[in-house]
Amino acid sequence: MRTAATPSSKTSWGRRILIAIPYAWLLVLFLAPFALVAGISLSTVRLGMPPFEPLTAWDGSILNLRLNFENFLYVLTDDTYLLAYLTSLKIAAISTAAMLFIAYPLAYGIASCSPSSRSLLVFLVIVPFWSSMLIRVYSWMSILRNDGLLNALLLKIGLIGEPLRILNTETAIYIGIVYTYLPFMVLPIYSNLSSADRTLIEAARDLGCARISAFWRVTFPLSLPGVLAGCALVFIPVVGEFVIPDLLGGADTQMIGRAIWLEFFNNRDWPMAAAVTIVLLALLVVPIVYFQSRQAHTRT
Amino acid sequence: MTKPSWFNRLSILFGLAFLYLPIVVLVIYSFNGSKLVTVWGGFSTQWYATVLANPSIIEGAKVSFLVAAVSATAATILGTLAAVVMVRLRRFRGRALLNGMLLAPMVMPEVVMAVSMLLMFVTLGIDRGPLTITLAHTTFTLCFATVVLQSRLVELDPSLEEAARDLGCPPAKAFVSVALPNMVPALVSAWLLSFTLSLDDLVISSFTTGPGASTLPMKIYSQIKFGVTPEINAISTIILGTVVLGLVAAQLVSRRAEQRGKRRCLKQFETGDS
Repeated sequence: MRTAATPSSKTSWGRRILIAIPYAWLLVLFLAPFALVAGISLSTVRLGMPPFEPLTAWDGSILNLRLNFENFLYVLTDDTYLLAYLTSLKIAAISTAAMLFIAYPLAYGIASCSPSSRSLLVFLVIVPFWSSMLIRVYSWMSILRNDGLLNALLLKIGLIGEPLRILNTETAIYIGIVYTYLPFMVLPIYSNLSSADRTLIEAARDLGCARISAFWRVTFPLSLPGVLAGCALVFIPVVGEFVIPDLLGGADTQMIGRAIWLEFFNNRDWPMAAAVTIVLLALLVVPIVYFQSRQAHTRT
Repeated sequence: MTKPSWFNRLSILFGLAFLYLPIVVLVIYSFNGSKLVTVWGGFSTQWYATVLANPSIIEGAKVSFLVAAVSATAATILGTLAAVVMVRLRRFRGRALLNGMLLAPMVMPEVVMAVSMLLMFVTLGIDRGPLTITLAHTTFTLCFATVVLQSRLVELDPSLEEAARDLGCPPAKAFVSVALPNMVPALVSAWLLSFTLSLDDLVISSFTTGPGASTLPMKIYSQIKFGVTPEINAISTIILGTVVLGLVAAQLVSRRAEQRGKRRCLKQFETGDS
């Protein structure tokens, strides 16, 4: 073993360093911070920088560990936070379902085109995803305002007598979410549909299955992995969404991402913001682990 | 499938109209002569002049571009390493954890990542500013860059590199001189994706910055809070134009690289050397 080790131990060192670099980066800047959030959520707010008390303190030769669970008690019993969590989950669920209704026909339509027009259409779906989300949310503000384009149009047609209040309502949040996250839903469904085995559908058709029932009995069940991937990719980040409820929603609809933002910047209560974040993470752990196991499964 | 039916055509048309109409409206109204958003006051480029004369916006744009360029470069380099680790080194301890850390940021709500990274910077005692924004952006764009590079690396035939190694080339050099040139289109799109994601980010930047350093989205956001103005439409149009130009350029670059690769293969095939 020893004699042959010289070249292989050299490569194994290279191998170790290669693994260590991305590993160390993500450990320090992605994983370890969550432990810090958990720690600071048990701290107490104070004036100064950083605006929280340390968890440990030396009292002579005694190390005191002070864990303050009040933040969690507050988050879990206070109505406004509970409501914000429930509202976020509800809005994420409904908008994910609504997105599915728009995204599936679109993905199906693109998959039914010729290969050359397919790549152009996929490019067209991707472009909005690459362009600024803030700007795309903003573009709806001028459309949905009371004196905005949509109301102006509806008034002109005579469909409504007076302007509808859409901006700063929950409806506007739904429109904004469906609009900004649509590409995330379309792409996984499309890639699943376009790689589906056509011969199965042809077989079903040859055996006398009507077009619509062939879709529901063959195509749709086969595309479920894509649908689920799309749903996970949309649902999880939407629960913690900040920009859309902040710009399009009203004061009466509080989503949890915005609650964290306000706790942080307006109340400057970092321990409380950390506690709210930890509870949000706990809510999302199941869908995130599910998403990861799916991704790992499809990749191998 | 057979030819797209009328239903398929209709759903494509509806879907794309939904995706593009708001953007088109935004661009059109950036050329509006009137200050009122719903009244058309004739074609004018005055708002662009106002934007370009606004030192605060220009300053924000400078910070944003610097942060985006540095973090995209770092994310592409780290992403290449991560992709090599995940694709080529199939078995090592902690592989599942690394894979998890590479996938989780894709779905993790931005607010969660923002809070956690801020607390990390505070704990480490790093002065918050452009540096911390860059570190944070590198971390969250890294996973997107890795996905792009990983899918390219999976397609690459490892036997070419193996041949180089068999002929005595060290593994790192074999990778750089054999695999890397074949990954140029993927490297370009990974860099561009990281760049635009960084340029676009509001939440993570807001949390991880310190006093003084504001990125362009932060400046736009604070203006939007006051209401819709044609000036923001003009800034938005400039950003959208830059992104679309970059995307089209990336497409052309990758297409040309592909064709060049094909031509080279054909030439080698004709002359008989490989």
